[in-house]
Amino acid sequence: MTHVFIFGSLLDSFGDAISFIFEPQQGPRTAAGKVGGLDQVWALLWPQIWLSVLALAIACAIAIPVGVYFGHRGTGELLAVAIGNAGRAIPELILIAFMVAFVGVGVLNVTIALVVLGIPPILTNTFVAVRQVDPGAVEAARGVGMSELDVIRRVELPLSVPTLMSGVRTGAITIVSTATIASLAGVSTLGDFIINRGVYGEDGLLAGAILVAMLALAFELGLAGAQRLLTPKGIQVERQIALVRT
Amino acid sequence: MDEGTSPTLAGGEALPVSFREATKVYPGADRPAVDGLTLDVPAGEICVLVGPSGCGKTTAMRMANRMVEITSGEILIGDRSVRERSAAELRRETGYVIQQIGLFPHRTIAQNIATVPGLLGWDRERAMARAAELLELIGLDPELADRYPVQLSGGQQQRVGVARALAANPGVMLMDEPFGAVDPINRERLQNEFLRLQAELRKTILFVTHDIDEAIKMGDRIAILKEGGHLAQYATPAELLMAPADGFVEDFVGADRALKRLALLRVADIDLWRAPLAHVGQATAEVRAKLEGAEVPHALLVDSERKPLGWLSDADLAAETVPATPHTSPDPILDLADVMRDALSDLLQAETRYAPVVDAGGAIAGVLSVEIISEFLTSPDALVEDHPAAERPLGD
Amino acid sequence: MLAALTTLLPVAQAGEGFVREAGEGATSCVGKNDTVCIGWAIDNADRYVTPTLEHLVLVVSSVAAGFVLALVLAVVSHRRHWLVPVFTGVTGVIYTIPSIALFLILLPVSGRGTTTAIIALTLYNVQILYRNLVTGLANVPAGARDSGRGMGMTDRQLLWRVELPLAVPEIIAGLRIATVSTIAIATLAVFAGAGGLGTEVYPDITFKTGIVVVGTIVIVMAICFDILYIGAQRLLAPWRRVRPI
Repeated sequence: MTHVFIFGSLLDSFGDAISFIFEPQQGPRTAAGKVGGLDQVWALLWPQIWLSVLALAIACAIAIPVGVYFGHRGTGELLAVAIGNAGRAIPELILIAFMVAFVGVGVLNVTIALVVLGIPPILTNTFVAVRQVDPGAVEAARGVGMSELDVIRRVELPLSVPTLMSGVRTGAITIVSTATIASLAGVSTLGDFIINRGVYGEDGLLAGAILVAMLALAFELGLAGAQRLLTPKGIQVERQIALVRT
Repeated sequence: MDEGTSPTLAGGEALPVSFREATKVYPGADRPAVDGLTLDVPAGEICVLVGPSGCGKTTAMRMANRMVEITSGEILIGDRSVRERSAAELRRETGYVIQQIGLFPHRTIAQNIATVPGLLGWDRERAMARAAELLELIGLDPELADRYPVQLSGGQQQRVGVARALAANPGVMLMDEPFGAVDPINRERLQNEFLRLQAELRKTILFVTHDIDEAIKMGDRIAILKEGGHLAQYATPAELLMAPADGFVEDFVGADRALKRLALLRVADIDLWRAPLAHVGQATAEVRAKLEGAEVPHALLVDSERKPLGWLSDADLAAETVPATPHTSPDPILDLADVMRDALSDLLQAETRYAPVVDAGGAIAGVLSVEIISEFLTSPDALVEDHPAAERPLGD
Repeated sequence: MLAALTTLLPVAQAGEGFVREAGEGATSCVGKNDTVCIGWAIDNADRYVTPTLEHLVLVVSSVAAGFVLALVLAVVSHRRHWLVPVFTGVTGVIYTIPSIALFLILLPVSGRGTTTAIIALTLYNVQILYRNLVTGLANVPAGARDSGRGMGMTDRQLLWRVELPLAVPEIIAGLRIATVSTIAIATLAVFAGAGGLGTEVYPDITFKTGIVVVGTIVIVMAICFDILYIGAQRLLAPWRRVRPI
């Protein structure tokens, strides 16, 4: 019986949270106006979306060329791995707090923090991806007379798409995750629902969490789709065969 | 190496192996990989499975320890079907050596060798003692016992692989191109050492190779398989060389069958010619008399112990007594125990017609010439005396 | 500006209140909010003990639980290869959900407190640990597998005596990554009411010394675990250390 009860109350909580998203309702502060509803949700969701996209774009713009360059040359493996490890070790909360306390609040600083967290996985994965391209293919490409740039463009990059995109996806999740608590740094995102429990209530809290999760999944699916588009046909076939064989 | 029968080596007697119409058909394939293979391997003998790639030789061998399950037919080890016991039990009593060697990288050499004893429940002390014993048997420094496989050379690893297979004293050993991963020079050494080991241990062995020369060297019996797993011929090396069953076998054995036979012979196996012998100071008239009608028209100078010192020319014999220094050196001096193939090679290289053959003490036993060899090869009933592989001449 | 902001910050859910004592003089190190107030840090060192211990408990228990779970999944999917993409996909989906979100979504399910945090952290670990386990097992040399089976090892004996021991280096690599990530994510456990070092940062994120101290503790913790793992690998995988011929 208790199970049914717990399950029931679970559904209740989630149900309330869902309705919070769609319908403005009375929050815990009876004196204030209504909270929730699509408009308010969007007002907080939108900043998080464009902030994440912006940070991801910048992180990619920095990390991918650097990763490709060093991966192509084959040097700097130690550094690339170290950066990847260091990136994993930085707690988001600490970084945001650092920004707030030492640098300042505001969109610029938050973006910097997001970019800093986004670069390591993208950089490391790009490096590894390019390094692991079949040296025979590269050799052959050079042998046919391709310039170094061509080799990168036509051989190494296409062949590194899967691992590279995997790094971008990890970076994206990290960025979306950190953008949530950007609210602490003065940029209102979905984190507001989480942090200002007094204003938005338990329903708002849960709603915020659900929205963040949905957003992250949306990014993941979007990037996965992009990966599929960018992956050369040959590799896709190769992967299917490998999957069947194992 | 010790005498070969220490208490722990006793037991584990060699068992005969029989294939009875053993067949393997893989699901979805339209032709069998092994087709009705029937042969008997007597206990203590090496049976080599040889053939072109894809002929099913490895599959056939692996059916004996159920790494590949038989589709139909039967395989008997001793008198028991291989299907009688669980596969794991069967394999613990069968030695298994593969081309990639497959030592466990995370275990020391001693631990690797002691693997099957460990599986059989031997206590640690006994297993380690056995490992030490085997290390000595295969001729490796006992210091290597605590090293890891990665620290050994390919040849050393290969020997450890053999030792590991011998650890629990199996009645049957299966070897799949065991020396294939080693360079040709070391391969020959390993083959020779293995044959010496076999002379002591006398295991029943199923040996797979694609190299017909290795088959002839190592096998007491050879089974040549055709593509599709058909047995083309099952015979001793001599029979195979003398009487190939069909065109396929003939081609596979190679056009140089005659020369291959020489690898199976020792100089002692054929009748040598006699040369008139002369001693220093002997009256040349005596020697000249002996030369009349001799098989070898040259006199050989020997010392008091009948060791050859050289050939005497007509000029030498023109004097009153036999001079101390002969005209021509006696080289190449061959040994009765030499492999015929090497003896012929020495003869041809030295560009001499005759070579003295000495026995183990160095005393003259006869004279060998290229003619003797070619006569022998062309004679139809010069059937090679059948030595078990372990006692045949080694091409060192 | 900063002062105005601090008034907007709500009371910390951990119930701790502000880190800094109200009433610290404006001229003291803390009052001026200097970068590192060593004096204050030393005086108040014991306030960090409980959060650190809580943090350690969270990390150790979730990595251990994650490892056990990943091991079970790996053993199950070892002989049934078609399960690998399934397990990888499922654990991957969980990994996609940002940590704060997962903490909060689990709240209605398992209540506030350590349990929720450990569940969430464990689920995050499973993905990386499972992936490394699978890779490690797949990289066992085929020759060792074949000869092991040929010598009469059952599937189970092969797995536990040959394949898993040989996968140890890969497994430890996964544990290192998982542990470092967990140490970082556990700072957010404060949102689930589970304590941890986040409780010393979240209530007062403008307190510079606090951030420095917590940041240092986090780094030191990560380094200590790393050293432990390196030691473990040396112990468990001695064959990796010797030089080949």
